[in-house]
This record gives sequence, C-alpha cells and structure tokens, in this order.
Amino acid sequence: MDAALNPRTSACPACAAVPAAMEAAEVPKDARLLLSLPTVHCAACIGTVERALARHPGVRSARVNLTLKRVSVDAEPEVTAAALIERLGREGYEAHELDAGVLSMTETDRQGRDLLMRVGVAGFAMMNIMILSVAVWAGAADATRDMFHLISALIAIPTVAFAGQPFFRSALGALRAGRLNMDGPIALALVLTVAISLYETLKSGHHAYFEAVLMLTFFLLIGRYLDHRARALARSAAQELAALEVPRAILLNDGAETTVPVAQLAVGDLVLVRPGGRVPVDGIVTAGRSEVDRSLLTGETLPVVTAEGAQLSAGEVNLTGPLTVRVTAAGRDSSLHRMADLVAAAESARNRYTTLADRAARAYAPTIPLLSLGAFAAWMWISGGDLRLSVNVAIATLIITCPCALGLAVPAVVTAASGRLFRKGLLIKDGTALERLAEVDTVVFDKTGTLTMGTPVPDNLDTQPEQALRVALALAEASSHPLARALATALRARGLRPAQVADLREAPGYGVQGTWQGREVKLGRAGWVGATHCATTGAYLSLGDETRSFTFTDALRPGAEEVVQALRAQGKAVWLISGDVTAAVEAMAQRLGIEHWQANALPQDKAARIAALQDQGHRVLMVGDGLNDTVALSAAHVSISPASALDAARAASDMVLLGRDIAPIADAVRMAKVSVRRIRQNFWQSGLYNAVFVPVALLGFCTPLWAALAMSLSSITVSLNALRLR
Amino acid sequence: MEVLAFLIPIALFLGGLGLAAFFWALKHRQYEDPEGDSQRILNDDWDDRPKP
Repeated sequence: MDAALNPRTSACPACAAVPAAMEAAEVPKDARLLLSLPTVHCAACIGTVERALARHPGVRSARVNLTLKRVSVDAEPEVTAAALIERLGREGYEAHELDAGVLSMTETDRQGRDLLMRVGVAGFAMMNIMILSVAVWAGAADATRDMFHLISALIAIPTVAFAGQPFFRSALGALRAGRLNMDGPIALALVLTVAISLYETLKSGHHAYFEAVLMLTFFLLIGRYLDHRARALARSAAQELAALEVPRAILLNDGAETTVPVAQLAVGDLVLVRPGGRVPVDGIVTAGRSEVDRSLLTGETLPVVTAEGAQLSAGEVNLTGPLTVRVTAAGRDSSLHRMADLVAAAESARNRYTTLADRAARAYAPTIPLLSLGAFAAWMWISGGDLRLSVNVAIATLIITCPCALGLAVPAVVTAASGRLFRKGLLIKDGTALERLAEVDTVVFDKTGTLTMGTPVPDNLDTQPEQALRVALALAEASSHPLARALATALRARGLRPAQVADLREAPGYGVQGTWQGREVKLGRAGWVGATHCATTGAYLSLGDETRSFTFTDALRPGAEEVVQALRAQGKAVWLISGDVTAAVEAMAQRLGIEHWQANALPQDKAARIAALQDQGHRVLMVGDGLNDTVALSAAHVSISPASALDAARAASDMVLLGRDIAPIADAVRMAKVSVRRIRQNFWQSGLYNAVFVPVALLGFCTPLWAALAMSLSSITVSLNALRLR
Repeated sequence: MEVLAFLIPIALFLGGLGLAAFFWALKHRQYEDPEGDSQRILNDDWDDRPKP
C-alpha cells in the first residue's frame, strides 16, 4: 500500500542504484496529504491534532478543517500517511487517509463559488431595490415613483441577466432535448416579468415587479446552492473513498521482476505476490508456502494455508510468505471483475428511483405556464380586450406560482439532515439515500468486519506467566500474520517489553521461531509447535520444554449491541447473514439478540436472500464491508459500509460510516424518517401558500407587495421547518 | 425631495461596498471552514504575537 502511495520519482532502474542522480534529475515534490478525522469536534481537538502533526519530523504545516472533519498536511515527500495516522492514533484520534483528488475537487469548488457569487449579487441587488420599493409601497407617486422604478430597472436587468444564468442555461438545455423541466417556467417568469415591468416603468404604470423578480432569483439560487453543495459533498465522498491502491502486479519474466498494471497481465503469466500484498488475479500457486486471508471475499475469519497447487482468487491477501502465482484468469474474467459486473447490474436497477422532488416537479412544472396563460385569456375576455391589464394579471400569477419554496423544500432538509448525520460520523454518498433509508423495514448485517472489528483479540492472557508473554511478544512482532499482530498489539498494550530472542525467522504457513536463552522457541500452528489443538481460534507457543496456547475471539464493534437493540425498538426486522461457519454466526446472533440468521452464505446467497426479502415487499438496508457483500450492498434498497471496508464495498454503498462506532446507523434510520416527513410538510406548506395567493392573483388583486410577502414568507417558513430537524 | 439626489447614490454605493466585501471574503476562502474558525478563537496559541 505504501509503495502505491509514494510512487517512485524515477522509473529508470539505473537511477535506483545512483540515488544522487535521481535527486539531480528531479526535485522531489512535496507531499500533500489529506486525512479524514471522524472524531474531531472542538478547539482543543484542533490544537492537539495540529501540534501533534507539526512535531512529526518532515511535516511543514497542518491545518484542520472542522467543518469537513479533515486535516490537510504539507510535508516533505518521505512522510507517509501511515506514519501520520499512527501518530494521531497515539494522541487518541482515529484517522483515515483520503485520496486528495485535487483536480476534481477544485472543479466542484469553483462551481460552488460561482453559484455563491450569484446568490450574493442577487441578494445585494434585492436589498437595494427593496429600499426603493418600500418607498413606492409607502405612497411615492408620479415622477418620484417613475424614477424609483427606473433605478430599480437599472439594477434589476443586469442582475437578472447575471444571476439568472443557471436557470436560463438549464431551461435551454431541457428545451433542446424536447423536455420541460422546472427551470423552464422559472426562466420564462424571470424574462417576462422583467420585460413587462420595464414596459410599465416606461409607460409610468403603477406596478413594477423588479423586487419580486430578484427575490425569486435569490431564493431559488439559495436552493440551487444547497442542492449543489449536498451533491458536491456526496461526489467528493465517493472520490475520497475511491481506491487508494493502484492495481499493479509484479510480473516475473525469467526471474526478473517488473511492475505492470494488472490490465496487462495475460493467462499463463507468472506473478509474484509479496507478504501483505493483495492477490491481483485468479491463479494457481506454483511456488511458495503461505497463508492467505480471504475474509474480504468469503467472510471467513481465519487465514487459510496455501501451498503449491492451491487455487487463489483475486482480492485475497497474502500474509506470511512470498507466493508465485500462474495466472488462470485476468482482467474481465477474474472473480473480482465478475463481482463488479454483478454490482453494476444490481446498481442500474436501483438508479431508477424517483425522488419526491422529481415527482413534485413533474406534477408542478406544467401548471405554472398553463395557469398564467389561462389567467391571461380569461382577463382578455372579461375586460373586453384590455391587453395591458390581462398581461399584468398573467405576470402576477406567474410570479406567485413560481416555486421558490418548492425549490428550497428538499435541499434545505437534505442539507440540515446530512450535516447532522455527518456530525454523528455518517457520510451520505448518494443524494436519494436519505429518502430510501426512510422506507426501510428490514436491516441485514454482515458479521466479520461489520458487527465485529474483523480483528481477533487474545482473551486468555491473564492466565499466562509474564516470561511466556514476553517471549511470545518477541516472536509475534516478527510476523505479519493477523493473529501474531493481534497478540503483539495486546501485549504491548499491557506495557510488556519483548524478551531477547535471537535468530528470528518466519516459516511461511507455520509460524515464527527463534532462539531464547539457548533454547529454540516457536509461535505458530499447534502441530508445528507440538501443542495440542484447542477448540477455538488459537496460536501456540513452545518454550522448548513446555507449550502454551493463546485463544482469540473476534472483538465486537463498539455500538453493535446498541444498534441492534435500537433498530428492534424501532420495529425493524434484523438479519445476520455471514459467510462464516454456523457456530460462529449462531453465537453472534444469540449474543446480540438477532432472531434471523444465515451462515455459510456465498456472495450470491446474500444477494439472493435480499432479493427474496424485497420480493416479499420488504425494503432492505444492507450493512456490510467485504467484497462478498458488494453484490448484496448494491442489490439492497439502501446500503451502508464502514470506512474500514474494502473500496469496492464502499463504492457500492450509499452511506459510509466514518468512525469505528456502528451505533449511528440506528440514528440515521430515525433521522431519515424525520427528514422525509419534513420534506412532505414543506411541500404542503408551499402548496398552501399557493392555494391562498393564486386566487388573489387570478382575481387581479395581486400587487407587487403581495407577491413579495408571499414569496419571502413561504421560503422562510420552509427553511425554518428544515432547521427544526433533530 | 432634493435630498434623494444624495441618498440614492449613497445607498447604492453602500450596497456596492457590501457586495465588494462579500466578493473579497469569497475569494479569500473565508467560508471554507466556518465551524473551525468559530472554535479557533478559543485557541491561545498565537495570543502573544501573530502567526508568522
């Protein structure tokens, strides 16, 4: 992983031998690292994080962004994200590396600032015109009124031309494609109202709607900006969480190693997989002995011993010894890719979801021009052909029906809700996820890595003598096997120091051995160490004359018990579906009080179970982290994955849990329900305003004052209603 | 009513001033981290002298 993060500055093999030449050839670029900090929340946090990072050698500056819960670090090129994450871990802050994706981020940033600038221009112009309009409403007459209208026109016309551009562009685009979207009537209203108001001003008429036009632009732009921000956040979340690892493989060519992109591999090639590396292709082991971790593919907790002739699948992680693999399937045929195809198929089914806003817009968009056209025709008939009066009534109707509150109804609620969920540690990746989450009645959990941390924890250390523990620590630190790493972490946490063990070496697939006080000591498999195998997951230590066993359990993720209880209290059905063995799954289900469970589930089984549940009319929320969950994640109505999940799983899910704690999921479900209720309330509110004010406009009583009142009242109440969200 | 000849230009000028200030703030990324900035005033790191 680190190799992928710090790409070599020179690809020339000769330069690697002459480091000075490399430095002269290219000045190394500074590293700009971006870390996500799900737990920062106050001034003290900012200070601690920035000071800790500034003390780290090689770091030039670090700045925390509390709004986005991120820290950006400028550092010398040799500083790695892993080192900084470790450093922050010691200070008590959880951190994850983010893909800087600088280019595309500044792109969305630019669009956002462009919109914000238009909001500002519309706002300031609106305020200045309002000063003049209040004077007119207060009774300014004749020449004064005409002059005030004229000044208003001088401010309003360039402002609408500038600030209204997003609507004009979108309306034109839709018209060209032969559709009518919400922006069509809006653009029409803006242009017509300005034109008629200008005509009235020049004819020294009584009513000009300049302030209403700008108010409309202002409120609609705010809605547009909130919408854009929510979408930009979702998009940047997807980018941030996108693959950190460049898919590369080490190709063996007559014993020479070359690093090539995975896409270039062909069937029959020999590939070297180093310990700690991910298997890039499907293949058969031709040399080497090791253990592979398949938990991401199958959900099995324990590593599997692999030797010559064993079958490997892309996505598995090699743990202890180097393996040479002959490629049997690469690229599109590999199991990883077949999974991706299934995901794509499942996703396209979900993209057909229509949001509440879509439905409201579709119903509402045609009524605006129809209503004002009807008003125009009716008044032409009533007044016996008074064109000026009829046009004025039609324009008043157009302005009143224009959906400013409707444009704010959804974005205001979504912005408030995603802000609150973000503070709880949940990132919404998909704009429609909140609405879909509100409909959920069944929650399916994966076990390994989701309800559990996916890392084993030794549970019988208290019964061991200290000397054995210190020898075990020395041996365990020499291996990258997950059990050894877990043992070493637990022992270090007890403040133990490793014993003096010499000649440390790892026997791939078996364990670690060394010499301690003249005796041969071993840590590893029962058979190899010479110990008796116990029933649970274990590692075994031989001190030459005696053997000891360490047993492990998978630690429960914090909040797992609470989330199951809370979801059940909310009346949701909870399922546990795992690829792990029956005993482990059953024990977990009983411990958490989950009534439905299924063990030994293949990826297809998980997806099939979810499809079956959905066919029965249930709406399923899937929570999972592994590659074996990706199909299920995309088949479910809505899905959540933890930040520690594999990138494919995060890409397939709608929301990502940033912190370690899983409890926010229950909150998210509740919050989604409340949000959708607020959105509906907002629709009703803005509908009510229209129901009251449209008849006033149709009857010809609507003055610019009425229009301004109706518009600002409805927009403000809708926004306040969104802020009520808890 | 002659006073209008002064008041209207003054109002427009003040509005333009506000708009210019808004543009300045936008351009200098003052809206990047509103939450962090509100917390940073509680930090006494650079109370004695400004950050270099």
